[in-house]
Amino acid sequence: MSLDAKRVAFLTAKARAIRREIITMVYRANSGHVGGSLSATDLLVALYHEVMRHDPRHPGWPDRDRFVLSKGHCTPVLYATLADAGYFPREDLATFRRVGSHLQGHPYQPKTPGVDASTGTLGLGLSTACGMALAARLRGAPHYTYVLCGDGEQQEGQIWEAAMFAHKYRLDHLIAFTDRNRLQTDGGTEDVMPLDPLVDKWRAFGWQSWEIDGHDFEAIIDAINAATSSSSGRPTMIVANTIKGRGVSFMENVASWHGTPPNEHEHALALEELA
Amino acid sequence: MNRIMKQTRQGYVDALIEMAAAIPELVVLDADVAKATKTCDFEKKFPERFFNCGAAEQNELSIAAGLALEGFLPFATTFGVFATCRAGDQLRASICYPKANVKVAATHCGISTGGDGASHQACEDIAITRAMPNLTVLVPGDYEEARRATIAAAKHRGPVYLRLGRDSYPVVPELHGDFTIGRAKLLRDGSDITLVSTGIMVSEVLEAATTLAAEGVSARVLHFPTVKPLDLDPLLAAARETRGFVTAEEHSIIGGLGEAIAAAVAEAGAPSALRRVGLKDVFGESGTASDLFDKYGLRAANIAAEARALLASVPA
Repeated sequence: MSLDAKRVAFLTAKARAIRREIITMVYRANSGHVGGSLSATDLLVALYHEVMRHDPRHPGWPDRDRFVLSKGHCTPVLYATLADAGYFPREDLATFRRVGSHLQGHPYQPKTPGVDASTGTLGLGLSTACGMALAARLRGAPHYTYVLCGDGEQQEGQIWEAAMFAHKYRLDHLIAFTDRNRLQTDGGTEDVMPLDPLVDKWRAFGWQSWEIDGHDFEAIIDAINAATSSSSGRPTMIVANTIKGRGVSFMENVASWHGTPPNEHEHALALEELA
Repeated sequence: MNRIMKQTRQGYVDALIEMAAAIPELVVLDADVAKATKTCDFEKKFPERFFNCGAAEQNELSIAAGLALEGFLPFATTFGVFATCRAGDQLRASICYPKANVKVAATHCGISTGGDGASHQACEDIAITRAMPNLTVLVPGDYEEARRATIAAAKHRGPVYLRLGRDSYPVVPELHGDFTIGRAKLLRDGSDITLVSTGIMVSEVLEAATTLAAEGVSARVLHFPTVKPLDLDPLLAAARETRGFVTAEEHSIIGGLGEAIAAAVAEAGAPSALRRVGLKDVFGESGTASDLFDKYGLRAANIAAEARALLASVPA
């Protein structure tokens, strides 16, 4: 057991609060990506509250662990998590996607404290993370670089270019997740462009890879512990099976909640469910 | 005429090797064309600072961005067509938008790439890179200017696109003074017309000026090793003091230096007659660089002809 019951309860409550922020941010902005933010919430909560060495008072601390949101459209979960951790005031979330805000639709590293890399067009975040992990290796720095990829994102060829690079340069301090919610903008991933068997693909590219339940905090922590304790010389891809829209019954497993904002009624209903 | 010929790509790599000891953050990336770009020379001397990404230019440019975020000084090297077209999104989103301190060095630009044909001859890259915010665009004219441009790029904070060729090009001693990003070079003074070069067209432009001088035409020659930001002052002076411009670039006439100058002088209230020598909205083809320059009209004779036509149409 990596976590005691009290800790699990803390993380669960934290995730519920983050999900409320996500719903409200996208509702206020009347645009943004709610489904994939809700599916990734537990992963980010585990990373920022249980796993990563980081200091919100010093976003540029050289020894911090890095996080790259390769599925860059899911800024609501990233910004809500960073604000909650103290990287910037929670009130800033009300400016999401508005003119003049530091909270751009997709992550923009020069503007937002706590954002380690600019991403947005799919596929390039994993490569950027490879560059960051290579830099750490060249400096002999012990920190880890964590990446969150979408599953639909892995239809981009650049993902597999990065996969080969990380294997060639033995980037074993690169730990990636797939938010395997099985839905993308136009429908199910296996209908739009099949990805299975995904774990086998990553293993074939020389990564250590396995599946977990991406909503089970213990499973998430155990997987990361397994990745960091092995000195295999291999990068890690943890395929986290998740539910798109997780936590809001009418959003769960519905592809149309990929990029559609909730209306006033839906916003209220969702907050009720997440109360 | 016996000219000394040298490669601009060699000037680039020689500068990298020269700087490597003093700049420990300097690293070089390539994408399976290290023998063609000459970065193999750097690899031999600094193997631990050289990273071959394989035939994967999109990954290469984003990797470079990641290295830059962590304080390294990456020179990402590949052919121009790959740097700007195949990996155009990565150049834009990974490097230019977040102002990553990456230097993108593109060899095999222009039709002097030769035998490989149009698929490998970057003739749109200036247009593409000019349009990208935060990006400095350098187009040196010979080996030594390429060497100096590379050193200037390393010192410059922010994204730089460095345009290089494949062929050997005439050494032009007039280019070998200080290299300052954003500054044009006055190579010949003149009062009738202004001839403008960028990149390796400089030798053809100088030859055209000599031809015109023999005909009694006084041609000013301005050379632009920086296409962006554009050095406006010498252009405005030339617009006032001469009867117009002939621009020459080994690039499409669309989106290149000629268009940049036409727009800049017009907006500054000094619209001038202007004629462009370059690829006339066509792809190149396989051939020797020399034969292609003849066929596509990139010779001193073409530049001189445009100058005569301009002078015939603009009252003195």
